[in-house]
Amino acid sequence: MDINKVSCRKAFTSTLEKIAAQNDTIFMVCTDSRGSVTAEGFADKFPAQFIEVGIAEQNAVGIAAGLATIGKNVFVAGPACFLTARSYEQIKVDVAYNHLSVKIIGVSGGVSYGPLGGTHTALHDIAGMRALPNIQVFVPSDNFTTTLITEYLAKNDCPAYMRTGRGDVPAIYCESDNFEMHKAKKVCEGNDATIIACGEMVYPAKMAAELLKQEGVSVRVLDMFCLKPYDEESIISAAKETKAIVTVEEHSIYGGLGELVCAVTAQNCPVPVKVMGFPDEEYKIGSSAELFEHYGFTPPNIAQEVKKLVKAK
Amino acid sequence: MDTLKKIAYERRLDVLEMIWASKSGHIGGSMSCMDILVTLYYEIMDTDKILKNAPDRDRFILSKGHCAEALYAVLADKGFFPKEDLKTFGKFDTALAEHPTKKIPGVEIATGALGHGLSIGVGMALGLKNTSSTIYVLMGDGELAEGSVWEAIMAANKYSLNNLIAIIDRNYLQISGETKDIMPLESLVGKFEYFGWPVLLCDAHNPERIIARIKEGRQGNAGPFALIAESIKGKGSSLMEYKTEWHHQIPNEAQYKQMKEDLRHGYQ
Ligand SMILES: Cc1ncc(C[n+]2csc(CCOP(=O)(O)OP(=O)(O)O)c2C)c(N)n1
Repeated sequence: MDINKVSCRKAFTSTLEKIAAQNDTIFMVCTDSRGSVTAEGFADKFPAQFIEVGIAEQNAVGIAAGLATIGKNVFVAGPACFLTARSYEQIKVDVAYNHLSVKIIGVSGGVSYGPLGGTHTALHDIAGMRALPNIQVFVPSDNFTTTLITEYLAKNDCPAYMRTGRGDVPAIYCESDNFEMHKAKKVCEGNDATIIACGEMVYPAKMAAELLKQEGVSVRVLDMFCLKPYDEESIISAAKETKAIVTVEEHSIYGGLGELVCAVTAQNCPVPVKVMGFPDEEYKIGSSAELFEHYGFTPPNIAQEVKKLVKAK
Repeated sequence: MDTLKKIAYERRLDVLEMIWASKSGHIGGSMSCMDILVTLYYEIMDTDKILKNAPDRDRFILSKGHCAEALYAVLADKGFFPKEDLKTFGKFDTALAEHPTKKIPGVEIATGALGHGLSIGVGMALGLKNTSSTIYVLMGDGELAEGSVWEAIMAANKYSLNNLIAIIDRNYLQISGETKDIMPLESLVGKFEYFGWPVLLCDAHNPERIIARIKEGRQGNAGPFALIAESIKGKGSSLMEYKTEWHHQIPNEAQYKQMKEDLRHGYQ
């Protein structure tokens, strides 16, 4: 399963390259970010569909909105930290408010940039994007889901945000897996508790479920790769059927998947929920692996949190 | 002024060691701005005042925050924190993140998202108007594509901030290639001048010229001025000079050894 490790950003660009070869309305806008995005191939192959604006994220999103009014389907791609913070108003007003076909692709989200520090973390992006009307929000968990979402975004004219990480990630799915775009994907079945994760936290969540299985605890794992619109039904059935939920996300505890699950359960079927995310503090400096370890995003620690909830049931 | 050049080479060696040990960092831009930093910290600014956090100290803002290691090497050598600490650069739980933060003695403000420094400098200069303090803001040329930089340029002109100096590390390169291809800036002098800023040019690797230009700029001007410092990205080793890929490439062992050799040669 781990053999074909590919980074989600690479899965995004190789998919978009395939699509752009057939479709000249697909545009990509970069902000001196083609290396981080892995968009050099796209830039070389489709120079007429590639716009480079330099280090100017606000300009990039505004230009993308303008292109979209002319019928282009525009992917603005750059580091999630700058793209979602610096250009927030352009995303809110120019793109979302106007229902324009602009896809904001934030790469190296979360703490992917590790020791680069607080200027480079994107742990606010899901909260920020979710709060804007009209925009769909995706956080793929592996290169398979990234490809799927990219294909969807290339076909649809909705405003959207997709966040990927930076490093190579293990594949969670394969060709035979079925997906519905705005539905959570059940990674494994279980009835003692549910772990709902998104992005690159789905893999450790799945590993945690495997650890727990060995201890006789049966855990359902849901991959919430689409955070908006979100799959209320799967959250409610998880609450009803397993009666305990742990959420795991590479995001602030504020405004992300955890709070979403809390809101849905509290209003429909209150059950104990443990939210695992980054605390409201200045984060330590370190590689993403060191930070995951420090903040407890490891399979054993996730398993521990599940056990606590199951015990308390 | 050969001593300043020599110091700059020594600090470049510190930078190389930090990058080599942590396998991270931004080598090209750190090398290109080193003579500027050394000139400011060893000659122009009164670092005793900065060390004491004196209200009337000069302020330096590294708007191109990705070259933190260059600033750290200088601050450590000037006694802001132990040189030993440089070894923690980029390591788990260090204060020396790859972009400067206020946890570090001598750092006035966190930077690393490009295009913020000049606005902050305008604020400081407004707050320190008619005092003896000068605000120095160092920016990359690629950074100038951020619209906020030009907003700050207009504001500084409006308020005739003669205590504000913008220094551009003009190395003609950024991450993805040459600045002229990514987002052309020319005429850069013309742009500043049209925005009401006088411009002085100098060789970024000649401390004597940097000092002379800053003196000159300070004397005549009723407002802010820009010093466009013509630099070589990767300055100090032919392996990386003028080469885009050395924006943040990490040397392998052979390259590390050659760079070390080249940098030592630089001042011998
Ligand atoms: C707002 C923002 N966008 C993007 C980046 C990523 N980034 C870091 S360095 C860099 C290139 C900087 O080029 P330049 O200003 O010319 O600096 P230098 O060549 O002197 O290193 C970019 C795009 C950033 N740090 N901040």
